[in-house]
Amino acid sequence: MFKAKLSGAIRHTVLLGLFLLPGSALAFREGINLPRGVTSISSDIYDLHMLIFWICVAIGVIVFGAMIISIFLHRKSRGVEPAKWHHNTAVEVVWTAVPFLILVGMAIPSARALIDIEDYRDYDMSIQVTGYQWFWHYEYRGEDVSFYSRLDDDSNRARQLRAHREIDPLDVDNYLLEVDNRVVVPVDQKVLLLLTANDVIHAWWVPELGGKKDAIPGFVNELWFEISEPGVYRGQCAELCGRDHGFMPIVVEAVEQEEYEAWLEEMRDRNAENEDATQVSAIDVAR
Amino acid sequence: MSTATDTHHDEHHGPAKGMRRWLFTTNHKDIGTLYLWFSLIMFFVGGAMAMVIRAELIQPGMNLVDPMFYNQMVTMHALIMIFGAVMPAFVGLANWMIPMMVGAPDMALPRMNNWSFWILPIGFTLLLMTFFVPGGAPAAGWTIYPPLSLQTGDAFPLLVFGIHVLGISSIMGAINIIVTIMNMRAPGMGLLKMPIFVWGWLITAYLLIAVMPVLAGAVTMLLTDKYFGTAFFDAAGGGDPVLFQHIFWFFGHPEVYIMILPAFGIISEIIPTFARKKLFGYSAMVYAIAAIAFLSFIVWAHHMFTVGMPVAGLLFFMFTTMLIAVPTGVKIFNWVATMWRGAMTFETPMLYALAFLFLFTIGGFSGLMLAIVPADFQYHDSYFVVAHFHYVLVPGAVFAIMAAVYYWLPKWTGYMYSEFWGKTHFWLSTISINVTFFPQHFLGLAGMPRRIPDYAVQFTDFNFISSIGAFVFGLSQLIFVYVIIHCIRGGVGRATDRVWEGSHGLEWTVPSPAPYHTFETAPEVK
Ligand code: HEM
Ligand SMILES: [Cu+2]
Ligand SMILES: [Cu+2]
Repeated sequence: MFKAKLSGAIRHTVLLGLFLLPGSALAFREGINLPRGVTSISSDIYDLHMLIFWICVAIGVIVFGAMIISIFLHRKSRGVEPAKWHHNTAVEVVWTAVPFLILVGMAIPSARALIDIEDYRDYDMSIQVTGYQWFWHYEYRGEDVSFYSRLDDDSNRARQLRAHREIDPLDVDNYLLEVDNRVVVPVDQKVLLLLTANDVIHAWWVPELGGKKDAIPGFVNELWFEISEPGVYRGQCAELCGRDHGFMPIVVEAVEQEEYEAWLEEMRDRNAENEDATQVSAIDVAR
Repeated sequence: MSTATDTHHDEHHGPAKGMRRWLFTTNHKDIGTLYLWFSLIMFFVGGAMAMVIRAELIQPGMNLVDPMFYNQMVTMHALIMIFGAVMPAFVGLANWMIPMMVGAPDMALPRMNNWSFWILPIGFTLLLMTFFVPGGAPAAGWTIYPPLSLQTGDAFPLLVFGIHVLGISSIMGAINIIVTIMNMRAPGMGLLKMPIFVWGWLITAYLLIAVMPVLAGAVTMLLTDKYFGTAFFDAAGGGDPVLFQHIFWFFGHPEVYIMILPAFGIISEIIPTFARKKLFGYSAMVYAIAAIAFLSFIVWAHHMFTVGMPVAGLLFFMFTTMLIAVPTGVKIFNWVATMWRGAMTFETPMLYALAFLFLFTIGGFSGLMLAIVPADFQYHDSYFVVAHFHYVLVPGAVFAIMAAVYYWLPKWTGYMYSEFWGKTHFWLSTISINVTFFPQHFLGLAGMPRRIPDYAVQFTDFNFISSIGAFVFGLSQLIFVYVIIHCIRGGVGRATDRVWEGSHGLEWTVPSPAPYHTFETAPEVK
């Protein structure tokens, strides 16, 4: 136990050292950058993100470069005389116009990507998602399948205040990113989410599927994705919604079409068995 | 003090004694001092809350506080830092410096000035009292979005009235600044001859007058929704929760510029002094501030790209937001051009100004990234946003305030501060602030939402680093207090009137320390 703590501390110290080494922070490995994700939206966003990032880096090299050169060369201790000039219309016009043109260059691909993302037509299936304090409800429209999705039991026991907790968070798989009932969807289908909320505003966010959207009481917002690879994708509520805002994860499981249909069958049977359970109000099922 | 003539004498040539001096003062220098001390105290109160936040986040698991208390910390930290630390510090600097910079004997409305300050402690008493009422302090974030904010307990009316009081204080301060600048400039000081600090504040004051009433309206509507049966923001009653966000950010975005335009002014004073070269492109600098102020009124919805707006709205707010980068860029380029071919020295104020230049620019880059709507769908409400606004607010606004304090402290006290301890404070602060906030970019990109008290284990390493940085930053600020007190008590010797070799401007023509009354006869400006 003590040894584990110590090696943890050493690892942290080493990491801190590495971080302070210039450049190592820029080595893009997982957990440092935006994920490319598994949908057309998420990869479009990733490309845009990298484009603007590198544009910023290029501008930064020029601006910071000029500053650093100036700091080294134009110091009094080198015996320089300060120049007398204090304005130059030509230069000023250039550094107003050039950034403007760069911005236009950034705006065009951004607008294109945005228009694609905002195209909600021609979806293959839709799920109504309702945010509650502090869990989600999913209703597969036209499929007679609906269920609540809450933080899984292990995470829930591990996230209690230190004095009350029964398990260490480090011993829980996918701590805070696992639920009791996952959202299962087929791959290569355009899935439309219709988002709303029952009490306060929440936001539905799974980074690998693209962006997030707010779930607002009295409104229905849309969000879509088309997953290209089977897998499990995890996310969280992204809008402060009260005490347990940090504890209402989202887990999406993408499977092949047949598997998806089998899952639907199973859910229908389960729903039929627990007719009453799904009818009770949210308040009753709240933990 | 015992005879009427003595009192009369005091009023004109020196301060009253004891508490009465501070309670009843109408002197711009006294009031400036009050604002600055108040702000420093609030900086530590808000900072202590930040330490609680970072202590909870140093490891996964709920280790220290209840999630509800964590939310209270997040909310109150932001409210105190914005309304208690940053804004009053700038008003304090305005009080001290604007009359001296424009050659006026005092602020235009000295009695109102006294009130602008003294209602601040009242407002903060209301806000801090909320920790002791049933339901605890506000916990819905400084953005107080309904319906969540309507779940606040008995703290709610205290919060609303507290915000009203702070708003009134800001508006009175702003009116005073505008009237002083417009009417009390020394003969010969045309508008385009004013120091940029004065310009920055003039425009900021207009922003304050324009948007503080909007915030007051928004919180009043929340109040009536909660207690008087209206349904402005309640969908079930025909209202609209998103309407609140529009109103709030119509205030909120100009508010962030209220916290940075005076900083722009400070940096524009300090860099020319230590580069021994005139500010490059003075008029472009003024127009850039004006352009930023104008644009700040038409970008508000970039804080709400994910609420479900029509594409046309998203595009409009994306383009206007991106436009802000143009005047912001002009400012940064002009500062660099001011340094270029100067003869620089690196006293503490200059070090802070240079750190501002580097690190504010990084915050500007992340701002530009956030403006890109599709990308913001990923960044929004993640730690990437937390990193962005801390870069513009801490090494931005707060470093500018510190630079200003080091820059003008000799003029205020008559003594030089310790350069050794000033530089120690600088290096510790600059390194630790980057250790604190740079990794938060990575956390946000990797998927960590903001405002959560606990996180998945893959976020552990960067959170650990960030917390360590925060503790070092917090401790380093004790050095700042030491330097100030040491300087007031005599520092490392007397300051000259000019103080800095390269200084220009009316404030450096009066003795150090600046006498209680300056410019009773207006100076001549050529
Ligand atoms: C180049 C200039 C800037 C641009 C383009 C920009 C853009 C943005 C955008 C788009 C957001 C919203 C992000 C989100 O919530 O998804 C944001 C947040 C924020 N910005 Fe900036 N910004 C700039 C400069 C500044 C400055 C100068 C300040 C203050 C001194 C500032 C303070 C803030 C704050 C406090 C927030 C977060 C508010 C909150 O949600 O609590 N920004 N910025
Ligand atoms: Cu939430
Ligand atoms: Cu903004």
